[in-house]
Amino acid sequence: MIVEMHGVSKRYGRQAALRSVDFQADGGSVVALLGANGAGKTTLLRILATLTQPNRGSYRAFGVNAWEHRQEVRARLGYVGHRPFVYPELTCLENLIFYGRMFGLERPEDAGAAALENVGLAERADRPAASLSRGLLQRLDLARATLHAPALLVLDEPDTGLDSPGRQLLRSIMRQHAANGGLAVFTSHALEFAIDTSDRIVTLAGGEVVDDRASAAATIATLETTISRAAPVEASA
Amino acid sequence: MSRVIALIWKDLLIEARSRQFIGAMLAFTLIVIVTLNFAFDLIREGREMNGAGALWVAILFSGLIGIGRSIAVERDRGTLDGLILTPIDGGTLFLGKFGASLASIIVVEIVALPVFAALYDLPALDPLVLGIVLAGSAGLAGLGTLFSAVTSGGRSREVLLPLLLFPLMIPVLIAAVRATGEVFQGDRDDILRWINLLIGFDAIFIVLAYLGFGFLIED
Repeated sequence: MIVEMHGVSKRYGRQAALRSVDFQADGGSVVALLGANGAGKTTLLRILATLTQPNRGSYRAFGVNAWEHRQEVRARLGYVGHRPFVYPELTCLENLIFYGRMFGLERPEDAGAAALENVGLAERADRPAASLSRGLLQRLDLARATLHAPALLVLDEPDTGLDSPGRQLLRSIMRQHAANGGLAVFTSHALEFAIDTSDRIVTLAGGEVVDDRASAAATIATLETTISRAAPVEASA
Repeated sequence: MSRVIALIWKDLLIEARSRQFIGAMLAFTLIVIVTLNFAFDLIREGREMNGAGALWVAILFSGLIGIGRSIAVERDRGTLDGLILTPIDGGTLFLGKFGASLASIIVVEIVALPVFAALYDLPALDPLVLGIVLAGSAGLAGLGTLFSAVTSGGRSREVLLPLLLFPLMIPVLIAAVRATGEVFQGDRDDILRWINLLIGFDAIFIVLAYLGFGFLIED
């Protein structure tokens, strides 16, 4: 298993964001996390990415305690958050060279150029990131997240701002990642995109896993019913 | 080490293109130096110590402008998570941020010190003064970077940073002012005592900041 979570809970003050979540996933697959706003998707992704420490439960990634060995885990994961982790003053290539150096790549210039080529931004390599549209910034962030060939891709609503060719590119990147033996976990509010892209769909509600099924067995109607039935997270004493 | 250099390179390149902080730091430094030059009687005895005090007030307050935003900018843009997710430890990130802050302060000092020397007619370009200025600036950048990580998440960080930083900066400031003043006075008998104190506090602050930085920026 690439990731194994058992009984993971996370609270922010009195607010429970996750309640005793069990989640396992292995390489060679794409997993979609669905749920209404506030269901706990982003918290779960942040714990998967070692950005947030759970209050309770165990999380192992690549066979080790993920929080205690977070630097080892981080070297093998790529994360796309709500906001792109790029610097607007730097060019697209400079951004990737910087992150390539931080990940200790031997040839960050070559890796950066190849990553830009993969997301269709090769012609904009020398343009400042500030000049890119929201969708193109999202592509650049995808290039940054995949620059060091991570085994685990964690993507929080990566389809936001992407046009149709952009979503197609995102889908092919995730499918190719799984074909190479990696694991991609992403959240989305676009149910059709989630069904078409993933192998497995996990639905969260109120900080708990309420449904876990193969994507082949999912329809937009069943997913909408599952999500809408879910209760919002409530504060507990 | 290459990662520390990459972090410094990134911050300086961004500053060179955006000119967000160094211009403001330099303007503030020059305003303080010029204003205090008019306030002090330059013929009176004691101008050496007054001058040393004026120099360090200018360095301290202008340094705060850049250091205070060092981590806050990353947090506001969301890029702090990007840095945390790279496989570097908190100490490496601290050294990168510390190096970039120190470089910004040095750039300002390169312009400000000759102006100070001309206006105050004091040997501000003496190699010993340059060494003291570098050591004092390192203490300011080290402690400032640490506390900018502490305050960067808060709403009133601009107020909180000086409140936390100034009391702890006192030993560094006293040592820096006294050492600088003694060079200006041409009396170098006691100077080693102040320089040792300055370097000692620098070492303590920078080592503590290196060790504690990771805990402060992680969730």
